[in-house]
Amino acid sequence: MPTGSPWSVERGEEIICTHKHLAGAALPILHALQREFGFIHREAIPLVARALNLSRAEVYGIVSFYHDFREIPPGRHVLRLCRAEACQSMGADALAERVRERLQVNWHETSADGRVTLEPVFCLGLCACAPAAMLDGRVIGGLDQTRLLALLDEARR
Amino acid sequence: MTRPRIFVPWDAGALALGASAVERALIAEERKRGVAIEIIRTGSRGLLWLEPMIEVETAAGRIAYGPVHGEDIAGLFEPLLEGGRHPLRLGRPEDLAFLRRQTRFTFARCGVIDRQSLADYRRHGGLKGLERALSLGPPAIIEEVTRSGLRGRGGAGFPTGIKWKSTADARAAQKYVVCNADEGDSGTYADRMLMEGDPFCLIEGIVIAGIAVGATKGFIYIRSEYPHAIWTMTRAIETARTEGLLGERVAGSAHVFDLEIRVGAGAYVCGEETSLLDSLEGKRGQVRAKPPLPVHKGAFGQPTVVNNVISLASVPAILAEGAEVYRDLGHGRSRGTIPIQLAGNVKYRGLFEAAFGLSLGEIVDDIGGGTASGRPVRAVQVGGPLGAYFPRALFDTAFDYEAFAARNGLIGHGGVVVFDDTVDMAKQARFAMEFCAIESCGKCTPCRIGSTRGVEVVDRIIRGERRAENLTLLQDLCETMRFGSLCALGGFVPFPVISALTYFPEDFGCAPLGAAAE
Repeated sequence: MPTGSPWSVERGEEIICTHKHLAGAALPILHALQREFGFIHREAIPLVARALNLSRAEVYGIVSFYHDFREIPPGRHVLRLCRAEACQSMGADALAERVRERLQVNWHETSADGRVTLEPVFCLGLCACAPAAMLDGRVIGGLDQTRLLALLDEARR
Repeated sequence: MTRPRIFVPWDAGALALGASAVERALIAEERKRGVAIEIIRTGSRGLLWLEPMIEVETAAGRIAYGPVHGEDIAGLFEPLLEGGRHPLRLGRPEDLAFLRRQTRFTFARCGVIDRQSLADYRRHGGLKGLERALSLGPPAIIEEVTRSGLRGRGGAGFPTGIKWKSTADARAAQKYVVCNADEGDSGTYADRMLMEGDPFCLIEGIVIAGIAVGATKGFIYIRSEYPHAIWTMTRAIETARTEGLLGERVAGSAHVFDLEIRVGAGAYVCGEETSLLDSLEGKRGQVRAKPPLPVHKGAFGQPTVVNNVISLASVPAILAEGAEVYRDLGHGRSRGTIPIQLAGNVKYRGLFEAAFGLSLGEIVDDIGGGTASGRPVRAVQVGGPLGAYFPRALFDTAFDYEAFAARNGLIGHGGVVVFDDTVDMAKQARFAMEFCAIESCGKCTPCRIGSTRGVEVVDRIIRGERRAENLTLLQDLCETMRFGSLCALGGFVPFPVISALTYFPEDFGCAPLGAAAE
């Protein structure tokens, strides 16, 4: 589930501590923080900076560089729709239009009921079963409008 | 009595099409009928239009059924146990034309073996390459890889043996092998399939590379979009450690080698080797200026071999079978095999490993069977988002590095994305620029600014604003990006843009090819 536990400095410190020995620890730490809390809380940035002997600006620079890291909490579910060429060739653009209409959101936004965050993804490696999507880590291929809308309803329940 | 053995893929592609529901239905049916079966989770054979494809072991070999869905199992269960008749029965997988016509060299075990079992890997010829490597010693391993003609399968096509030799010659207390599993090109999934279906093969290849260049530590940088590959590789590394394939005495030898996984964070540019190295070091994944080359100053400032998954996974078989077997396959200067990945709007979608040299037309029309939609094929993009769009007129191009380069294209990592006649090529050109703008690392100006300006110029052309002027501007911008960018992202994005404009001018509001000039 993308929605994590509420932010806690103690738990954040613990996570940082378990990963900081790794070579190039910044990404493993940020991934672990996001897994736990669902996003990178701004209070985590100085903690990571101190643990890795980096400036806060450097850590923020890393967070903002990578598309995976969120700075605000996601909805209860995250739907990642592939926008890349193989999926385009099978009608992904039209599907994305429908989803945005149905959820009344743009890319990177969360539906008003807080249930679904829509994120673009550029390739899930499911190009031979396009169009493809990922709902909270579950992969779905061969999407059409009916299946996709059913998936959305499932996520919004 | 031995339980019937049923093979169900755990490949992300098969899972995306419902393989988990098939497994659940098999287990439910087993309980209901009180018949015990053994379910073995494999990778995928790569015939994605037949996935989920399940197999049963019989006296006559394995018999495949597909595409199987959860709801088919109640009716299929009884015939399945015997390999008996059913509308979904496909026969022996090896007899299917799509597989029979392939040369499965690197993917020989993918979809066949229990992906999590080192013993099964060994039973199917695994670790023979490592055994031979240990008996040869580093210089002879490098010699063998060089003689095989293996070139980097990530896309650049640099000779692997030469890269290894340079790293071996570099003097340092610590060297690294970094496996680039940041397979971001749309239309490609060979790395994912291999990691999910034959993880020990990749580990064996990395270990051989480590021994050859004198590295004691390796990293596999896997993109976060591949959770199943990450899961399978993580377990395989744990098993390899327990079984002594990694650690203080690699396979009982005096070599030390250990391996860690690092997960990317959704940046396409990290597939470029120097930004991958920065990302691995925990920084923003920005491209480095070369020189110094990674072979001299790579991960953490140390000499590093950076190789793609398929390059490394081809090494065990090259050593086991001998360099000549590999070198004798292929076309021109492109030796050996390449996993061609048929993707997008194509009827027979899947991975087709073959010697270099097939024509693009054979691949798309003959092997791929044309479009999935049944409409005419209009354009084919080969080599990912930075690859050129080829029209039917170029279908005689041979699938090899030089032949594609000669026509201003690239084969990249071997992805072939097929589009039917509903495609709007101006939109595709705009997307190429948009993608570059989203994914640019920001280090060099032609890519960072040029891509955004590129979107605007294409938009003006589409709207018909001062078209001739903007077309010249677009050509000029592409020229600047091509020659002024620091890496292939900004440098190659002109390929899809210019090819779309050259071969499909009518989509940009210009006169079609062959018609009189404006």
